[in-house]
Parts: sequence; structure tokens; C-alpha cells
Amino acid sequence: MPEGKPPRRLPDRSGHFGPFGGRYVAETLMSALIDLEKAYKAAARDRSFRRELEGLLRDYAGRPTPVYFAQRLSKKAGGARIYIKREDLSHTGSHKINNTLGQGLLARRMGKRRIIAETGAGQHGVATATVCAMMGIPCEVYMGEDDVRRQALNVFRMRLLGSGVTPVTSGSRTLKDAMNEALRDWVTNVRTTYYLIGSTAGPHPYPAMVRDFQSVIGREAIRQFRKAKGGMPSAVVACVGGGSNAMGIFHSFIPHPKVRLFGVEAAGLGLSSGKHGATLARGKVGVLHGSKSYVLQDADGQILEAHSISAGLDYPGVGPEHAWLKDSGRAKYVSVTDEQALEGFDLLSRLEGIQPALESAHAVAYGYALARRMRRSETVLINLSGRGDKDMGILMDRKGSVP
Amino acid sequence: MTAIDAAFRRLRETGEKGLVAYLTAGDPDPSTAADYFRAAADAGADLLEVGVPFSDPTADGPTIEAASRRALAAGMNVPKALELVQRIRKTHATPVVLFGYYNPFLRYGLGNLWRDARAAGVDGFLIVDLPFEEAGEAVRGMRAEGLSWIPLAAPTSGMERIRAIDRAGSGFLYLISVTGVTGVRETFPPEMMAWSRKVKSAVELPLAVGFGISTPAMARSATRYADAAVVGSACVKIVERHGRASRGPADLSRFVRSLKSALR
Repeated sequence: MPEGKPPRRLPDRSGHFGPFGGRYVAETLMSALIDLEKAYKAAARDRSFRRELEGLLRDYAGRPTPVYFAQRLSKKAGGARIYIKREDLSHTGSHKINNTLGQGLLARRMGKRRIIAETGAGQHGVATATVCAMMGIPCEVYMGEDDVRRQALNVFRMRLLGSGVTPVTSGSRTLKDAMNEALRDWVTNVRTTYYLIGSTAGPHPYPAMVRDFQSVIGREAIRQFRKAKGGMPSAVVACVGGGSNAMGIFHSFIPHPKVRLFGVEAAGLGLSSGKHGATLARGKVGVLHGSKSYVLQDADGQILEAHSISAGLDYPGVGPEHAWLKDSGRAKYVSVTDEQALEGFDLLSRLEGIQPALESAHAVAYGYALARRMRRSETVLINLSGRGDKDMGILMDRKGSVP
Repeated sequence: MTAIDAAFRRLRETGEKGLVAYLTAGDPDPSTAADYFRAAADAGADLLEVGVPFSDPTADGPTIEAASRRALAAGMNVPKALELVQRIRKTHATPVVLFGYYNPFLRYGLGNLWRDARAAGVDGFLIVDLPFEEAGEAVRGMRAEGLSWIPLAAPTSGMERIRAIDRAGSGFLYLISVTGVTGVRETFPPEMMAWSRKVKSAVELPLAVGFGISTPAMARSATRYADAAVVGSACVKIVERHGRASRGPADLSRFVRSLKSALR
């Protein structure tokens, strides 16, 4: 590679996206990560592995998911035409199944006898429990106690699927702490257990591997958008917690510089309130859960608690490739408050009959506001990462009764 | 020769095994913590590991996690941990290793950290989540200040990797005795003995075995082929039990003396 020229494909051989990424874990896990990287590379080259995954994505997960033109939402915005990538229609109700099918097959191929996972909103937990049920592999999901409470429906689903759910009572009792506990389990049972990380976070090779498994979203979207509208969308919008659905749809668009990419973080009660999950907007470079990226932390380097109405965006870290996309300027990161996300939910629900997950409602809220400022000849593609059934309890608490 | 090298040389010459005592800095508060460290050194600890608390200690079990929480609640951070070392240094020459997670060190600023640590009397660093592939910049910085970068090796590491880790490190090699997190364990895994013997014959650095060692008998069997035993959670439990009570350091002192006498 000529010097000074950025590598075409990231991460580099050591798992870095520019200064971000890498492997910052206890020595006990290093060999497991190196083995995982090798196994993943071999699987990705293996035609029978790819064929099996493609078959499952089609017949089991229901892919391809459609791209839908949101006519009434677009009309109300009065600007750019809004298209929606319908990941909410995937089996289990979100994009998470793309990754759990891929890693589930990999775990089986590696001969692992047990799978563990962390979950925030419970979507990744459900998708993992689902794949484990389908493959007959025992599964244990770690979930913060606060999230167990606010996403009770998903906890029930996981248990019905035969998975164990361990509530985590330490720290902020949310996704961060669930990941801590999953790492402690893995360090203890590393020889027999596969750790199925659900986001583009964690140590190498997870950020790259999860992105690759999720990149089916963007590959389909490019093809479908061309067919539906012709050309490329002017802008692509996705919510960012750890960042897996956003990386999934961004990845194929990155080489097309005219397509603007927007990642939407949780502004919670407002960026100035200190209660938010806007890691890229307000974090500092640091190391959390195995990789270097932006991290919400105090002046002493202690990790701060995030806040969001959506459990899936309630995380003080973010995937290292997003940090790289931010610093390189290729993607822009913005944020949306709890209130705005609820408005986004109502808009899509009332105008289009689609009820998004509260995570995805952040992308809807920003995508709608963006479309309003754009020309009618332009287009916005929103990645609707999941459906809102799991959030009905939160919505009932917030709204009391439907006006 | 560094103070850590000198300590291991002295142990070799006298034919005894070393004791590395771990306590969390600032638990229960900075000044009482200094008393506990002094008590450990007086009772025969050959090296002190000063734990810098982190909010998300993923390699630690419940005992050290709780100690970290107590220390953070008492306002402990990297600058105060350095002050604590300075305080210990006023009365004791025992080598001191700072033990912690990467992020608080990174946030302090690596350039200043090595210089300030040297000035405070720190002899080396043990950073649990900084494997040698990522440690290049840190190791160069430490070396420039005469500090030791103490690497860890685990039962999953494999001999080829352990040799590479050994070459990159200085001071001693910390051998993690089990796959798992820190914490008191009842017994020492039997396969550990043969494995530590194999590692000992393959590496240049002195070997300290840690994780789970909680009694004099365990310390003795852990060091059959190794040069030192690291005792952490069992020491921390004494601090947890006594807190600021005046008999706390004396109780720790009795425990450390019993460990050390099993190593002579």
C-alpha cells in the first residue's frame, strides 16, 4: 500500500479504524479473539457458509426487507421524498437477526457448546435466543436490571425461547453493565463459550464482523432504491447506540461521496442536561469494552451513565468505525431528544401506520426534520431498524391514555 | 537495575519466594489505605500492587469490584493514587506497581503519567486490558522513565505467545492462574502446577502467579515453580471487613505474615 494513502478497506490487519478500534481486553481473551478472527475469515471465504447464511436470511429471517416510499410522511414534510428501509419486518422484529444468524452459524462451525450475549432493549437478546433455539445451542443473555424492567416483554420472549436471562444489578443497570457481566462470563468460560456481541462495538474482530453481517441492509437498499426511484438517495439516516444498524446501512454507501450519511444519537433529556447517550457528540476518546473510540467519561476517565428513553441507545460507548467516520467527516452525527423521538414515533404511526421501536424513532424524527429542509427533488432513506411492540409499556407510561 | 529487579534478585539469593500484596488505592479512604499498605510492607510483602479503581472493572470479581466502588466514592483517581504512592514512599522502599485499567491512565495523559509516576516513586505498571499488541506506545514511554511494564499471561495464551509477552515485558511476568475474574478461590487448579513449571522454563522474567490465591498453603503450592504469589481479593476482604477500624491494619499484617512465612 502506498504511504499516506488511506487503506481502502477498514479495519487494518490489527483491527484499527485509523486510531480507533483494536483489542483492549484481558490477556485471557486474546487467544479467543485471535481464533475468532481466523474462524470468521475462513467462514467468510467459504462458499457453503455464505450459501447457508443467505438461505437462512431469506427463508428464516424474511429477507430482503422492502424499501417503502412514505408518501404521507413526505407530503407532510413538504421537502425531500422519504423512503424507509423496513428492518422492522425482519423475523424477531429488528435488524439484529442478520448478525445473530451469521455469528450463530460461526459459533456452531467453531464447535462452541454455549452462547452468551448482552442486550439493552432486548432485541439482540431475542434475536440471539431465537437463533440458539433454532440451532439447539444453550443460551444465556445478560441484561441490566433497569432494562429488564422497561423491556419486560422481550425478557418474557427470551425465556419462552428457552434462553436464560440474567439481570445485572451493578452500575447503571443498563447495556454497559450487561456487557461487563457478559465479558466476565466469557473470561471464565472462554474455552467452551461463544460471546455473540450484538453491536459494532467490542474488541476486534467484532466491529468489522458485525458490520459485515449487517451490511446486507445497505446492499439491498442500494439495489431497491435504484429500482424504486433510480439513482442514489441524497441522504441516509440511522440511529446510533453501539451502531450496528447504522453501519449496516452506511457500509455500502460509504464509497458514494454524494450520499450524505447521518447517524442519530440519543440526546435524552437534552445534551446540556448531562442525561443523554450522545457519545460521538459529547464523549472523549477512550477505551471501553475492548476498543478505542469515543466514550462518555468524566475528567478521571471513569465511565459515565448514559440516558435515553430507548434502552438500545442508552450506552456510553460507540463502535470504533463510527468514531472514524465522524473524524474523517464521511458521516455526520446528530442527536434527537426523548421528546423528539416520541414525536417521530407518533408521526410514523399516524401517517404511515408503522410503529417504530423507540430507537428507530430517533432516526425517523431526524430524517423527517432533514427532509423538511431539503428540496423536493431530493430523497432521504431512513433505516427503520426495529418495530415498536416492545415499547408499548413505556409508551403507555409516558402517554397515560391516547388523546 | 530497577527496584523490582533488585527485589527478585534478593529473593533468589535468599532462596525464598516473593509475596505481592494487592489493595485498592483509596479503600476505604486515601489515608487509611496508606496505613494498610504500610502494614502489608512491614509484615513482609515484597511488592505492593496499588489498584487504581475503574468504574467498569471487567476482569475483576465482586470483591475487587466492591473495593473499586468504595474507592471511587471516596474520590480516588490517578492523581490521588500517585499521592498515595508518595505517602508510602516517605516511609517504605518496597517496590510499588500501579495496577489498573487503561482508560483512567489514558485520560490522565500517557506522556505526563510516566513522568509523574516516576516522580511519585512508582516502579511499574500492570494494565489489565492493555495486551502487548496495543502496548507499544505505553511500553516505550515507561521504558524512557525507567518504569517496568509488567505483562500478563493467561492459561489460554499458548507458549509461543507467552514467549513474545516475556520478551516485551520487564520486572516480572504475571501469570493468571485460572480462566476467570479475580476473587478468592478454595483450591488451586491441579493442572496449574505443571503449567507454571512449563512457563517458568520458557521465560526469562521472574514469574508471579495470581488470581484466587487466598491461603498460605495455596501461596506455597502456587510458587512451587514460580517466584512469587500475588494475593489480592483475600487482602481486600480484610479491608472490607475492618474499613477505618484501628485493628484493620494489624489484622492485615497478621494475614500477610502468615502468607510470607509459608513462602520462606
